[in-house]
Amino acid sequence: MSTPANAHGDSPATTEPGVVAAAGDNEAQRREQLLSVENVTLTFGGVKAISDISFNILKGEIRAIIGPNGAGKTSMLNVINGFYHPQKGRISYKGKTRKRMKPYQAASSGIARTFQNVALFSGMSTLDNIMSGRSLKMKRGLIWQMLHVGPARREEIAHREHVEHIIDFLEIAHIRKQPVGKLPYGLQKRVELGRAMAMEPELLLLDEPMAGMNLEEKEDMSRFILDLNSEFGTTIALIEHDMGVVMDLADRVVVLDYGQKIADGTPAEVQSNQNVIDAYLGVAH
Amino acid sequence: METFVAGLHAFLVAPFLDMVSLPDFLLQVIWEGFVSGILYALIALGFVLIYKASAVFNFAQGIMVVFAALVLVSLFDLGVPAWLALIITIAVMGLLALSVERLVLRKLVNQHEAILLMATIGLTLVLKGAGQLVFGGEPKSMITEELGFSTGSSDWEVFDGIVIFQHIDIAAAVIAIIMVAVLGVFFSKTRIGRALRAVADDHQAALSVGISLNQIWAIVWFASGIVALVTGIMWGARSDVSFALEIIALKALAVLILGGFTSVPGAIVGGLIVGIGEKLFEVYWGPMFGGGVEAWFAYVLALIFLLFRPQGMFGERHIERV
Amino acid sequence: MFYREAGQFKTTYEADQAMLPIAQDRVGLLLILLIAFAAIPLLASDFFISSIMIPFLVFALAAVGLNILMGYAGQLSLGTGAFMGVGAYACYKLATLFPDLNILIVVFLSGFFAAGIGVIFGLPSLRIKGLYLAITTLAAQFFLEWCFIRIGWLYNYNDSGAIEVPQRMLFGLAITGPHATPITRYLVILTIVAIMTLVAANVLRGRIGRSWMMIRDMDIAAELMGIRPLFSKLSAFAFSSYYCGVAGALMVFFWLGSAEVESFDINHSFLIMFMVIIGGMGSLAGCFMGAAFIWVLPVILRAIPSAFELNILAATMEHISSIIIGALIIFFLIVEPHGLARLWRVGKEKLRTWPFPYAT
Repeated sequence: MSTPANAHGDSPATTEPGVVAAAGDNEAQRREQLLSVENVTLTFGGVKAISDISFNILKGEIRAIIGPNGAGKTSMLNVINGFYHPQKGRISYKGKTRKRMKPYQAASSGIARTFQNVALFSGMSTLDNIMSGRSLKMKRGLIWQMLHVGPARREEIAHREHVEHIIDFLEIAHIRKQPVGKLPYGLQKRVELGRAMAMEPELLLLDEPMAGMNLEEKEDMSRFILDLNSEFGTTIALIEHDMGVVMDLADRVVVLDYGQKIADGTPAEVQSNQNVIDAYLGVAH
Repeated sequence: METFVAGLHAFLVAPFLDMVSLPDFLLQVIWEGFVSGILYALIALGFVLIYKASAVFNFAQGIMVVFAALVLVSLFDLGVPAWLALIITIAVMGLLALSVERLVLRKLVNQHEAILLMATIGLTLVLKGAGQLVFGGEPKSMITEELGFSTGSSDWEVFDGIVIFQHIDIAAAVIAIIMVAVLGVFFSKTRIGRALRAVADDHQAALSVGISLNQIWAIVWFASGIVALVTGIMWGARSDVSFALEIIALKALAVLILGGFTSVPGAIVGGLIVGIGEKLFEVYWGPMFGGGVEAWFAYVLALIFLLFRPQGMFGERHIERV
Repeated sequence: MFYREAGQFKTTYEADQAMLPIAQDRVGLLLILLIAFAAIPLLASDFFISSIMIPFLVFALAAVGLNILMGYAGQLSLGTGAFMGVGAYACYKLATLFPDLNILIVVFLSGFFAAGIGVIFGLPSLRIKGLYLAITTLAAQFFLEWCFIRIGWLYNYNDSGAIEVPQRMLFGLAITGPHATPITRYLVILTIVAIMTLVAANVLRGRIGRSWMMIRDMDIAAELMGIRPLFSKLSAFAFSSYYCGVAGALMVFFWLGSAEVESFDINHSFLIMFMVIIGGMGSLAGCFMGAAFIWVLPVILRAIPSAFELNILAATMEHISSIIIGALIIFFLIVEPHGLARLWRVGKEKLRTWPFPYAT
């Protein structure tokens, strides 16, 4: 089994910048690195949520982040999309190292996400929620918006068309006009995925997309995630507790425990890693 | 340039020179500010009690002060002896607490805090209309002496001048201190106090360990009704009992920003800062702006304060989670 | 029975995105406009127009302004009265400084002053949320009230401290000042309010309106989706204050004729807020329903004693209407937090499926 060049947090600087060898068996082609996290440490008033973690995400892969509760998974996503600012470490995205980044800047650079507890705009309909994902793509200014004729109207219709494709893709046409607050949980999760898709992100962060779902819903969601990855080429980083799902979906897995990285590699590698078994699998299952 | 320097001097130096040159007057101003600060603090205390226990931001606290004082005075005007009028008023405030809990709060459990705030604004309207309907809109004078408070004053000779202390002001200060002490003990030592803090932390969790929300709510509304009555008596003794108090009572909101919504000591300290600050500002800086700055000083102070410390004086910065 | 959308198929997204997708609604709106523009001026008495319709329209516009901020952008404000005041005083100053400028242009310009002041007092909203923000808007209310009294320049150093509306003409017709007839003033206001409501509806269903609702519903998610809170919140404050400012200018120039600081005090801030709550937060139609309800109810109550020759003081009826409105606010918050507008919508839903209540 070949070892990925960066799987254990070796500095990517040793290889060509922005390009590293991909994980997995006999993959000779070099995949571009989309995001790399280097030695990131995040503390809240003395408590270390994340300590000295490094890993990377390659373009086009599905990367899973797993670990027991409180391991720092969600904090990691929050760091990636600029909601928390780490005290130490660097994050490079698309070859550029960034300093403090605001969440909306992360969004406009192509990072979208969903949330552990559904964070939909509860007062709006399914359609409006997904339309809201198009906010960054819409350009017409206030005056056009006020008049709502010509270009502004055409823009609105064009984006509506795009959103309808997403609605079809996710099979939620029947709840198009319903307020999302009253939808069942599984559908809310789906709408949230649709909203993130509408941003046409390059990197999509999914925080427990299947939490609280039954088997059928999980299968549907897995199908959407795989299709999204293969059809649109979206790079996906997901947090998930269901090991079966992770093993099936993920190309590579990074395992966190108490804010530290304890393993990184293909699902098979991770599954046989003694640290992981001790910290997580052995206890949880 | 010269006018600029002169302006700076007038704003930054001259007021302090004024203060130093007449120290007895300065003391008098601070005392006046201290007393009105106590009254702001008492209103804020009523807010804090209710907010702590039910996360309801009780906008009606100001009108409750007016209402309580009006009930008391009107009963006396009808010929009821002062002590009996006081007891009846306490009973009325209890009844009010019960009906607010029964008719409003119970039906709005777990609603968004903005909704609860607006419900108390509705309550303000009801109390205001009812108060004017029953007691009339004219100002009435408080029955200070009949309740056993002295209306005299004492002089204190100091710095070649005198500072005058109204006895009722001294009484207000003492009563406020006693009340805060009693509430402190109530919150930390009694069973109901503990239940109350539990409810404040988490309604659901409190319910699940067998605490009756309805009972707690009725109790805190009654308690802040009593606080309102005391405030009404003290305030009425200084000026008249009238509905104009309601607008002034809004200043307690500024106090809450300084002290935090849930902190009893915060309410007291915030009240004193606002009370003393606005008096000093009015007397020493007010003339520069043409006077009347008392009307907004508290709010602008609160606004500036918020920009630097959004969590209040005693609050902790909380971490947002997603 | 008549309210059916069966057979009205939408074949384009454009038709589906229309403001009123159901034909009956469009007819209804047309009817209302017809009554407002034709029937009322032809049939109604001067009293009805000047003491019911004109104030109703002014308050409805102010309610639209507050609803944008409170109902759509989710920022509580207790300073509406003062923002209306900024518009009114700005309008007065502009009208007296530039007497030759068309009064309608003056009115629309004065809104920008209110918008500017609104943005300044909206700045704390970037760091402060919810109730804390509501209290800081009180700072705006009381500080601005103080300015209206102390800065004599604002009312041209009138001895009375009041601003008095000069006469201005449009197409050779007096539209402001003592010689303007109620009907002309009414038609001018009606036109302005209708246009501004349409513009508000357009903005609210587009990108900008959506960004306000995103901030309202889940500000963190909105930011993670690329909404800049700074721009979004301040634009809501600006837009809302613009509407309030224009409403204030209209109030003085086309209704009161002269005004002092009392017309912009905190009680007016509350009055408009009640209109928004009772009408329905997050609904433009609700603004009109709320304004009608809150303005007309006391008028009716005041008329009761004389109609039945009862010996009740007008003040008494005022107190009763205050109790009723207060109780209704609580009632609505308990039963239907979305106000009259939602009741209306529920009624229409029922009608749509009648007589089959479960056929959705």
